[in-house]
Amino acid sequence: MSELIRAVWSYRHFIASSVKNDLKARVARSRLGAAWMVLQPLAQVAIYSLVLSRVMGARLPGTTNQYAYSIYLMSGMLAWSLFLEIITRSLTLFVDNGNLMKKIFFPRATLPFIAVGSSLVSNALLLVATLIIFALIGHMPTPAVLWIPLLMGITVVFSLGLGLILGVVNVFLRDVGQVMTVVLQLWFWVTPIVYMPSILPSGFGEIIHLNPMYYLVSGYQSVLLYGAAPPLLPLAAMAAGSIVLLVVAFLMFRRAAPEMVDVL
Amino acid sequence: MTLMLDVRDVGKAFRDYGSELKRIATWFGVPVKPREEHWVLRGISFSVGRGEAIGIVGQNGAGKSTLLKLITRTLVPTEGSVSVHGRIAAILELGMGFSPDLTGRQNVYHAAGLMGFSREQIEAAMPDIEAFAEIGDYFDEYVRTYSSGMQMRVAFSVATAFRPDILIVDEALSVGDAYFQHKCFKRIKEFRELGTSLLIVSHDSGAIQNMCDRAILLQGGRVLKDGEPTEVMDAYNALIAERENTTMKVERLESGQMQTISGTFEAVVKSIRLHATSGEPIEFVDVGQDVELRIDVEARSDIPKLVLGYMIKDRLGQPVFGTNTFHTRQVATDVPAGSVLSYVARFPMNIGPGSYSISTALVSTDTHLVDNYEWRDLALIFTVANQSHPHFVGSAWIPPTFDFDRLP
Repeated sequence: MSELIRAVWSYRHFIASSVKNDLKARVARSRLGAAWMVLQPLAQVAIYSLVLSRVMGARLPGTTNQYAYSIYLMSGMLAWSLFLEIITRSLTLFVDNGNLMKKIFFPRATLPFIAVGSSLVSNALLLVATLIIFALIGHMPTPAVLWIPLLMGITVVFSLGLGLILGVVNVFLRDVGQVMTVVLQLWFWVTPIVYMPSILPSGFGEIIHLNPMYYLVSGYQSVLLYGAAPPLLPLAAMAAGSIVLLVVAFLMFRRAAPEMVDVL
Repeated sequence: MTLMLDVRDVGKAFRDYGSELKRIATWFGVPVKPREEHWVLRGISFSVGRGEAIGIVGQNGAGKSTLLKLITRTLVPTEGSVSVHGRIAAILELGMGFSPDLTGRQNVYHAAGLMGFSREQIEAAMPDIEAFAEIGDYFDEYVRTYSSGMQMRVAFSVATAFRPDILIVDEALSVGDAYFQHKCFKRIKEFRELGTSLLIVSHDSGAIQNMCDRAILLQGGRVLKDGEPTEVMDAYNALIAERENTTMKVERLESGQMQTISGTFEAVVKSIRLHATSGEPIEFVDVGQDVELRIDVEARSDIPKLVLGYMIKDRLGQPVFGTNTFHTRQVATDVPAGSVLSYVARFPMNIGPGSYSISTALVSTDTHLVDNYEWRDLALIFTVANQSHPHFVGSAWIPPTFDFDRLP
């Protein structure tokens, strides 16, 4: 483990420049450049707001802002987009970098750092844009916003842990990648992001508590929409579970690493 | 001699578990026997000393790439160990990881970072890298605007910006134009003088004999031969020619050299001699002397087309001159078994003083890759001495007539 930390530390400049290059490559040769990283998720939010605000808007209890539904939606999307980006990138991390891993020896642990780094930057941009929009529609951020870094941290650890486990398996069983695109779509809809848990028929309420993303998403929602602290106990459990997941991912990677390049 | 690289009993197997789920189960300690183990390399042992240059040759699929990947640590050996002292650099996949949407300079930062160098080290080396690449203002342009040659220049410059302890070179790798190629080889030679060990992968016997102290021939995942470059390259050439019914013999000559003879032996060289034009056999030849190379060939089975070729090689095994009766359009057709063909090649010995050997080949076309009846290295050894001409150096005899005028 300490060897891993040392390797990553000595490659810190490489990680930083790779994150920069990765972001640059994403927006290279487009007029709006970095704005696209924010515009795409916002456009999605706009579409859902447009389609669903009449249906959902009235059902948000305890809010007065006429844009409450949009704020609810954006808060949840903030969490989901970070989760989605990290998990999809981790899923194909080794497959995408297969050529590099086959040809050049470098600490492989740098790869997840680069993926997380670039996801965090684009998510931070989205956060800033979201807060600006909130301010513009008259929803000033409260001190509860300070919970966001912690929520982001837990989201990163959870999505990275799960993503890496699937990413390692995906090297050997490419079906995992295919299945996951479907699973992630389903997952999005079973998580209360575009709807409120209150609209679910009775019985579903219990099932939803089995969804780890529910706790993260509702944490974002309570912090950003209600200005209240997130539910702490479930969050602490999530944090602990995520760390276990990440350790499992690390051990699995350890075991699989010698054979990984063989099949890439 | 300090060992830079020590490869001990290394083997690499690719395992097939039948189902990938079974493979995944093995990570969790479930004892699953692989359904099939495909050994790509087995029992490989060799070591490389400081400043040594080793050539690695072998046919496609012999395991060269796998061996190099084990040495560069991108692959993990299934058994045995590879110990490396110092830093390895490989010039195999130049431009690997270059991004077209970054400038040359940014890509240099990235690539050198990938090699593990810190920002400060890269900054310090940057002027050298830029100067060596010699691409001018393009260095700060996007790589997507580069020609492939320019990309190679930058890639080579960064790959060799820091002198490694072991450098792996794929000789066949083209690094742009002849000028830059020379520059690259010059840099590689400089590294070697400073103590860098070289591992050169090549199919070109000339390059191996030129640059290497030793060569290793891989065949079927094993070391077939490890020794003098000339010997190894002869064995390699025989191996290429090897076909069904083809055998290979290696004999030690009185001179201590190893002679390799291979082929189907459907036709063989019965005798080969060098004669003066007067008819007497000679072993020492004067520079420029007219000689006759007499080769008697016996057909041991019916041969539809027979071509005789010979190659004069210098002491180091480098070709000096070679041709065959295919090129001179003198292919013998329908040679019955048991007949003997007596060839005479007349030529002036226009080569410089030194010891030379002649290899012969009996084939059906212009290469020994289609039918190899017999390939005989070191079939004849002779010496050229300069007895009647003004002193000169070199392996060619190109006598000039000088003219000079004294300008007033």
